[in-house]
Amino acid sequence: MTLTGGPSWNPIIDLQQMWSFPFMVNAFRAGTIVAVLAGVMGAFMVLRRQTFAGHTLSLIGFPGAAGAVLIGVAASYGYFAFCLAGALVIAASPRAGPGGYSEESAVTGTVQSFALACGFLFVALYRGLLNGIDALLFGDFLGITTEQVALLGVVTAVSLIILGVIGRPLAFASIDPDVAGARNVPVRALSVVFLVLLGAATAEASQITGTLLVFALLVMPAATAQALTARPLRALALTVAIGLVVTWLGLSVAYYTPFPVGFFVTSFAFAGYVGAQALRHVRPRRWAGSAASDPGATEIAR
Amino acid sequence: MKARSVVTLRDAAVERAGRRLWSGLGLTVTAGELVAVLGPNGVGKSTLVQVVLGGFTLAEGEVRVLGEPAGRANERIGYLPQRRSFDPSLRVRGRDVVRLGLDGHRWGLPLPDWWPGGTARRAATARVQEVIDLVGAGAYADRPVGELSGGEQQRLLIAQALAPAPELLLLDEPLDSLDLPNQAAIAALIARISRTQGVAVMMVAHDVNPILSHLDTVVYLAPGGSRIGPPHQVITGAALTQLFGTPIEVLTASDGRLVVIGQPERHEVTAGRQP
Repeated sequence: MTLTGGPSWNPIIDLQQMWSFPFMVNAFRAGTIVAVLAGVMGAFMVLRRQTFAGHTLSLIGFPGAAGAVLIGVAASYGYFAFCLAGALVIAASPRAGPGGYSEESAVTGTVQSFALACGFLFVALYRGLLNGIDALLFGDFLGITTEQVALLGVVTAVSLIILGVIGRPLAFASIDPDVAGARNVPVRALSVVFLVLLGAATAEASQITGTLLVFALLVMPAATAQALTARPLRALALTVAIGLVVTWLGLSVAYYTPFPVGFFVTSFAFAGYVGAQALRHVRPRRWAGSAASDPGATEIAR
Repeated sequence: MKARSVVTLRDAAVERAGRRLWSGLGLTVTAGELVAVLGPNGVGKSTLVQVVLGGFTLAEGEVRVLGEPAGRANERIGYLPQRRSFDPSLRVRGRDVVRLGLDGHRWGLPLPDWWPGGTARRAATARVQEVIDLVGAGAYADRPVGELSGGEQQRLLIAQALAPAPELLLLDEPLDSLDLPNQAAIAALIARISRTQGVAVMMVAHDVNPILSHLDTVVYLAPGGSRIGPPHQVITGAALTQLFGTPIEVLTASDGRLVVIGQPERHEVTAGRQP
């Protein structure tokens, strides 16, 4: 479905044209809000090597969204309810800490399959105007209401405020849990809070990219940024910037083409990641000289 | 003036899963003292470190650390857990890992120095540089820590433990899984820090030889007992035979290294252990 002719290739005119439709304004607002939270949480998730938890949460969100639509509620509420509940369940498992929950296991594989199956059943049971299963699995930006934008905004604001308080100890507990614990950082409690925030971010990202493509906003921007810089603050800022750019580009291109937004957001994020990896391997290492010195020899010589 | 006592254990005993690991341990560590905790695997060396940190409760006896019950003064302790290496894909600079040791436990965000009100942050940045220089890690502190060698990571982790200017360093197997030159280098570094900074050091060691020449005191743990004193008094055939209740011989190699023969776990204190 192409809504209007092709783009004029004048960004200002094209933006004006897109934003003359309230649903596109809402799509950009929602996309921006989601990209910020998904980027920030994704940066911590990559740091903690817990991408598998994010993947599980997104699949848990799918039956939630489908079930919400089935009983006549906005899909947003279903995503949030199931993702947050799923986060608490994962947090209750003994392997919830950094690096834990990072690999496939029989139990989580089983739960993931069942979640997908339930979602599929709910979609099949619903015989109304659901935009097909594609919207839930691969994302859709049509029909995001102002109410949904407000909900996304509130969740993002609350999550960012919480991160503003726990950011540094969370980083400590993520990188170095043993020493953080010895310094009285509440490692276990922080890991629960992190998973709940990750549940919120996953629920948000699902509403733009769909259940199956959440990593486009959760993992790819963070992985790209961390390939480009090892400075945590720079990486965080870069993560958010990349998330915003791929979301805006994805929405714009999807507007002018008949293809789904999830595909474009994911493709742009993937291109960014490949580009960053290529750059990292091509760029001469600044520190090539210093790495050659032998630390053992200097210490003995002292 | 008598040096202030940093760690005091009185008649201490621990049990794990209903089994008594060691008992009757009386130990006083003073400022600037370098103490090695030796003994066979599973005898409770790391447990002793946990007791001092307040993470493990004594079954009997008393422990005081820096004048407080164990666990209360942990912000004045630098702790290096048993050998951990960072994931090779971890894209965080060594400098950032050191910085976490200084203020990572505080709530809030790690703001950049140029952010308003940055006096304390600039002081923290300077302190991080100071400890990085102290351990000789300046050449690679800005590289991603996952890409560094084991010895380089260990130096940065020692810098991390030193960042808040602790009065006690607790090092759990700091030389484990390092090659021999790095074992000697890190041992020399720890000894230098202990002397110049006046820090008391308690280190769990698998092999006493790399640190032997630097040691003030040896705590030799054995099932059911312990022996504490200067290395040349504790690591002797007579003392260890008495401690383990089985004939043990200690030989001194021409380079001063000790070889313990007949110990229940023979590999514990041997010369030339290859990593």
